[in-house]
Amino acid sequence: MKAWVFGDNLDTDAIAPGRYMKFGIEEIARHCLEGVDPSFARDVRPGDVLVAGKNLGAGSSREQAPEALRHLGVAALVAESYAGLFYRNAINLGLPAVVCPQAKRVRAGDELGLDFESGVLANITTGERLACEPIPKFLMQIIRDGGLLPHLEKKLARPA
Amino acid sequence: MTLAQKLVARAAGKPSVTPGEIVTCKVDLAMVHDSSGPRRLKPMLERLGARVWDPAKLVVITDHYVPGYDEESRKILRIARDWVKQAGVERFHDAEGICHVVLPERGYLKPGMFAVGGDSHSPTGGAFAAYMFGVGATEMLGVVVTGEIWLKVPHTIAMHFDGELSPGVCAKDVMLLLIGRFGLDGGQYHAVEYRGPAIRRLGMQERMTLCNMTAELGGQTGLVASDDVTREYLNADVEIWDGDAGAAVLAEHRFRAQDIPPQVAAPHSPANSRPVSEFREKLDLAYIGACTGAKLADMRMAARVLKNRTSRVPLLLAPASRRDQETAEREGTLKVLLDAGAELLPTSCGMCAGYGDRLLAENMIAISTTARNFKGRMGAATAQVYLASPYTVAASAVAGRIADPRELLQ
Repeated sequence: MKAWVFGDNLDTDAIAPGRYMKFGIEEIARHCLEGVDPSFARDVRPGDVLVAGKNLGAGSSREQAPEALRHLGVAALVAESYAGLFYRNAINLGLPAVVCPQAKRVRAGDELGLDFESGVLANITTGERLACEPIPKFLMQIIRDGGLLPHLEKKLARPA
Repeated sequence: MTLAQKLVARAAGKPSVTPGEIVTCKVDLAMVHDSSGPRRLKPMLERLGARVWDPAKLVVITDHYVPGYDEESRKILRIARDWVKQAGVERFHDAEGICHVVLPERGYLKPGMFAVGGDSHSPTGGAFAAYMFGVGATEMLGVVVTGEIWLKVPHTIAMHFDGELSPGVCAKDVMLLLIGRFGLDGGQYHAVEYRGPAIRRLGMQERMTLCNMTAELGGQTGLVASDDVTREYLNADVEIWDGDAGAAVLAEHRFRAQDIPPQVAAPHSPANSRPVSEFREKLDLAYIGACTGAKLADMRMAARVLKNRTSRVPLLLAPASRRDQETAEREGTLKVLLDAGAELLPTSCGMCAGYGDRLLAENMIAISTTARNFKGRMGAATAQVYLASPYTVAASAVAGRIADPRELLQ
């Protein structure tokens, strides 16, 4: 899991630019973060991790923002904090979002390992282990099911 | 309990709630628009083989892709129009204005309600002492199928304003000031409650602006307790919802309203706000638009400045709702704006969300009544957007550079 590192207040207009919102996720993903790092959409690889500072996902409620990241293969998000709406969207799309107060210690290109439930970020490149907030159990269930849609599908198929 | 906690407790069916507790709330009202609504919900509902839990509680409003400037936009609007029929949704408002403004103007919001909207500016509804917040399309699917949503009970951050705002200063200035001081995450996804005599003096659309920009302050919702102003706007004897005196809050910040000068936020963040006196930038364009800044109250503010004056730069006006536009036309407000040189655009989200066919060109410098000036949002990434109140945008249009509206209101 290679780290892509961004700063504070990375907004959803940057992640999913408005002028492409009328298209499907493939086209939106192609322009993901193009105004911030034009190489991102081209060079990000399945399994990579997006690491950010404070308030990741500020702004618009468009869930095409986490969806575009997921579409590009981003396996997890690590940030000092999230905009609440974006955090909920990421989980609902099955994209694990980890709160790590020391996220800024991660450098671009670092190789990372993550344990969502115990809340540990292992930086394989530096050997450092950073404490994270564990993702609550009821949200891990949604992530494990692949997001809220498959989670609901499961629940509706097997009514309580 | 605070107002927020009372509203959440009622929706959760509990006598009381504690901040941090996870609860499941029954949703009284859900609102979606054309971008996050039917085009996203329909395929997911079909996959689940599920129906809308209660079509009478769902409001669908088209605003983002209105008026359908290209084939993709028209297709998205068609999906919305077809789907509401199929789903049995009667509360459908097609091209009648921006959802956050249309929702209360049709009387759908009442104090005490628990509501969700498929748009980040949904906290606007909190102006009516309803707990309303924004969710994404998949979360909205969950609501539309189950009628419920989970919530971490928020703390309340109280913003108390004594006195009265000065002439030429309005809710938009208040919010830019708060966002500049506390940052885009100042609200910490808690409930931000606006209190005090200066807030009581504000009309409903000004209160809506406060709650609307709570999104940029990072709150889950913004709230104003209901009172006679709420009743008058809704033209109904609605319940009074307010917090208990002395209920514990996470923080209380106190301000003297008369000390607040007009504010301007520099590119590329609403948090880059400073008093208008610190700006003199020359402009290429002025924009009066959006749920944040083109309601009837906003158009009236702009008109007070623009009366018998002419804009030196292209001035675009996209009224926030058709009803507001009609009222502005009847009372002469619209004529003042048009006489000053404003070009009338469709009543839709348009340029604010970067969705329309009128976007900011490369290197353009604009001043706007909208809520967000993130890099590239309103067009080219090289465009520079300054955020300000309708007064300040109007005064700046007249001057051709960022200007203090108080000089023109004397």
